[in-house]
Amino acid sequence: MSATAATPSAAIPGLGRRIGSLRKERRWALITAYISLIVAAIVMLAPPLYMLLTSLKTSAEISNPVGTPWIVRNPTLDNYWALISDPMFRGFFFNSIKVTVCVVVLTMVISVFAAFSLARMKFFGSQVLATGVFLTYLVPDTLLFIPLYQIVGALGLLNSTWGLVLVYPTLTVPFCTWIMIGYFASIPKELDEAALIDGANWMQMLTKIFIPVALPGIIAATIFAFTVSWAAFVYPTAFITRPDEMPLTIGVVSQLIRGDTFAWGQLMAGALLAALPPVIVYAFLMDYYIAGLTAGATKG
Amino acid sequence: MAQVKLNRIVKEYEGGVQAVKGIDLDIADHEFVVLVGPSGCGKSTTLRMIAGLEEISKGEILIGGNVVNDIPPRDRDIAMVFQNYALYPHMSVYDNMAFGLMLRKFPKEEIRRRVENAARILDIGMLLDRKPKALSGGQRQRVAMGRAIVRDPKVFLFDEPLSNLDAKLRVQMRTEIKKVHQTVKTTTVYVTHDQVEAMTLADRVVVMNHGVIEQVGPPTELYHKPATKFVAGFIGSPAMNFIPAKLANGGAALNIVLPGGISLPVPEARAKRYAGHAGKEVLFGIRPEHLTEVRPNDHRPNLAHLKLTPEVVEPMGMETLAHIWLEGAEVVARIDPSVPAEPGRALPLAADMGQMHLIDPQTDRVI
Amino acid sequence: MALDATTVTAAGPAAAPAQPRLSLQRIARRRSTIAFLMALPLIAVIAGLVAWPAGYAIYLSTLNRRMTEFIGLGNFQILLDSETFQMVIWQSCIFAISAVVLKALLGFWLAHMLHHIPTKGQRIWRGLLLLPWVVPPALSTLGWWWMFDPSYSSLNWLLNAIGAPSVPWLGEPWWARASVIIVNVWAGTPFFMIMYLAALKSVPDQLYEAAAIDGATGWQGLRFVTLPMMRNIISITVLFSLIVTFANYDIVRVLTNGGPRDLTHVFASYAFQVGVLSGNIPRGAAVSLFMFPLLAVVAFFILRGVNQRNREMA
Repeated sequence: MSATAATPSAAIPGLGRRIGSLRKERRWALITAYISLIVAAIVMLAPPLYMLLTSLKTSAEISNPVGTPWIVRNPTLDNYWALISDPMFRGFFFNSIKVTVCVVVLTMVISVFAAFSLARMKFFGSQVLATGVFLTYLVPDTLLFIPLYQIVGALGLLNSTWGLVLVYPTLTVPFCTWIMIGYFASIPKELDEAALIDGANWMQMLTKIFIPVALPGIIAATIFAFTVSWAAFVYPTAFITRPDEMPLTIGVVSQLIRGDTFAWGQLMAGALLAALPPVIVYAFLMDYYIAGLTAGATKG
Repeated sequence: MAQVKLNRIVKEYEGGVQAVKGIDLDIADHEFVVLVGPSGCGKSTTLRMIAGLEEISKGEILIGGNVVNDIPPRDRDIAMVFQNYALYPHMSVYDNMAFGLMLRKFPKEEIRRRVENAARILDIGMLLDRKPKALSGGQRQRVAMGRAIVRDPKVFLFDEPLSNLDAKLRVQMRTEIKKVHQTVKTTTVYVTHDQVEAMTLADRVVVMNHGVIEQVGPPTELYHKPATKFVAGFIGSPAMNFIPAKLANGGAALNIVLPGGISLPVPEARAKRYAGHAGKEVLFGIRPEHLTEVRPNDHRPNLAHLKLTPEVVEPMGMETLAHIWLEGAEVVARIDPSVPAEPGRALPLAADMGQMHLIDPQTDRVI
Repeated sequence: MALDATTVTAAGPAAAPAQPRLSLQRIARRRSTIAFLMALPLIAVIAGLVAWPAGYAIYLSTLNRRMTEFIGLGNFQILLDSETFQMVIWQSCIFAISAVVLKALLGFWLAHMLHHIPTKGQRIWRGLLLLPWVVPPALSTLGWWWMFDPSYSSLNWLLNAIGAPSVPWLGEPWWARASVIIVNVWAGTPFFMIMYLAALKSVPDQLYEAAAIDGATGWQGLRFVTLPMMRNIISITVLFSLIVTFANYDIVRVLTNGGPRDLTHVFASYAFQVGVLSGNIPRGAAVSLFMFPLLAVVAFFILRGVNQRNREMA
């Protein structure tokens, strides 16, 4: 203190230089950050953008490229119209919706009840089960699809969307239960006790207190279940070979590829249409989406 | 309205750890009883057993003459206010208060009447549509109390309801709670670790320590006639000074000999009480407020004068605390701010021996 | 109250010595019965659709092609002797490790850059950069496939535009492997970025301020404050991603389908090829079971990390 007070004239210019270099340093950091982000954004968005461009081109334009393929010269929506009027494609869409809605409802019912029970009520072996939930979350679908192929086949559900409804919960339930346990566990215990004293039974406590309070978690888990069942690829590829029972992912990949180069526009249009529902959900509920993504690891 | 009776209540956790070791307590109708003690003394566990949130390991709890051991919380007709308020975050203030009545299927008009009445008592009428998030700490506290009041239960249970509030609000809400109790007169069991809260609120204070009751009594009785060293040290702020001393038989009268050879006379009225301990090691207890500066024309009987040297002096505004070390024992004196006191300079002090206590170091009981 | 009916079904679980006198105990027992019933569907899913198939896979892998005869470890033997499968093992490991390392580094860099810009702008950038993760991978890979197309590759057009030669993206084994890795990194980096960003945000600013006052430079702050604070999230994210990448199917299936000449197969696509397409179910099961040891090791480390962290925080 006394030293700086004694030599104020010496201290100030030095300080000035430091401030100047600090500001410069900060500006460079910011410029680096923006350059990195712009480059990353270009790389990340280029493929979907190119899909969009292709989907707006006529087959003629695709097959006879003049100059850059990165611009559309004669934009057309024909590819989209062709798909929307194609009953097979509409069938894919319908199958995806059917499977996804069933799986989401099933998943949420199973995981909300289970998470409530594991987070709050405890029973013999509940600790083991919680660990089991976590472990099954780590088991990938590609490890299970062969035995499940046999099992689904034995049940006569191969080539049926119901077979998918049966097996998709292996993809969704463990993670949804896991994050719901986290959300429920973060509700203060006094809240249950207050509800208990207020006269609530277990069911009322779940429906009137836990579900409304943990609503952000429920939304996040629902979004997760939705995106996972919509994007599922391994199971439908293995179990469904009949086009009229195919959901979108495998439908687009297997049925719209016809070997000739002229179908590219339609293929891209189909892929984009198929990707649209998760993207829309993401656009409107980004915060919940991200909360769900990060909850798995941070709550783990 | 009801009495609450605790019969040899024991709470034992897995592994044999006893949190509450067989306590007896009778709480009269309309009475305001405060359970006070340091954290881990079993006071909250006791309250939670009354509420039915914890199982009772041994003994019986009676509310309004009925054994409630087997009755779940919702059927005990009690209401509870929690430390963190435990308001339902997704419900409005009105719904928070109405929830208990709604679950009990009260008619709509009756619910409205009760909620509005409680809101009037607590002066939260204008907050009924808000969510708890939009309330200040004090307002949340009021809503939590409102939730208890609307139920019109047999017993109110408070679990450290003020400890999340800042100091100023705490004092304000303390008065508020007292006022509410004077209005509704419901039997109340209140748990706190703050002895000031206990003293100001209670009809009777129950001091607990290590799972047992140290003493039960009205606040002034605990202050003036503590039964144990723990109570003596716990009640009152700043805490009572304890100085290891010897009770010497100095001819006609008894004397207390402090470390450093200071000798203080025991008042005659106490001589008989202490006679059995003459010549033994004791703990000399005196509250800071009874160890003051020497005042002119001080006519208190049984004053003893002594000179001590403070090492730390803390001016508090309305008083000054002088900290003195007597061979390892810290002694605090409360002196008038006008008295010049500085560390290292001997200070003449007056001890009001009429207010002294002697503690048997073997049993920790006040003699 | 219909206590008795339900207490009977409580069976062992509550395990409290029966004292019907204490109905609070009975309530507790009933409570654990309800809890068990609520968790029952979950148990059914785990047991019926994960544990049982996993066990069944082990059984299947010990049968001969027509599933009529027990051949012990025969399938594993044949696989390990086959050159194609040795290739699959290498390919899977190269793919998973290089993709995860790239994703982790790029994700860390992007998260850092995102964390540095003013908070106001972070949302929109985050929104844009996460898009590849949101699009179902099978579908976005179709777009990449089209960009890699031998005759119409738009990427080659860009390369030619800056004077570089065309690349045989999917036609030549090493380029095909690189392509698979590129697409996986493209789709997976946003996930790492988001996880790291969440972790970065959880480091209190005061720690950086304290470090700055202690004389730490930016790099030292990163090295001694950021990385140690993020160690848990980094390791958990890397381990998760290792599993998912190792078991990846979509990208290989759409992009190369194992070609050229079965040189880009990973475990999942090879298992599919052998088990479903060629109809040798037992051998397909054996192929996918090869993923199991890795899974077990990774799961062990994750669980240990989680437990350790919980203990430290408790």
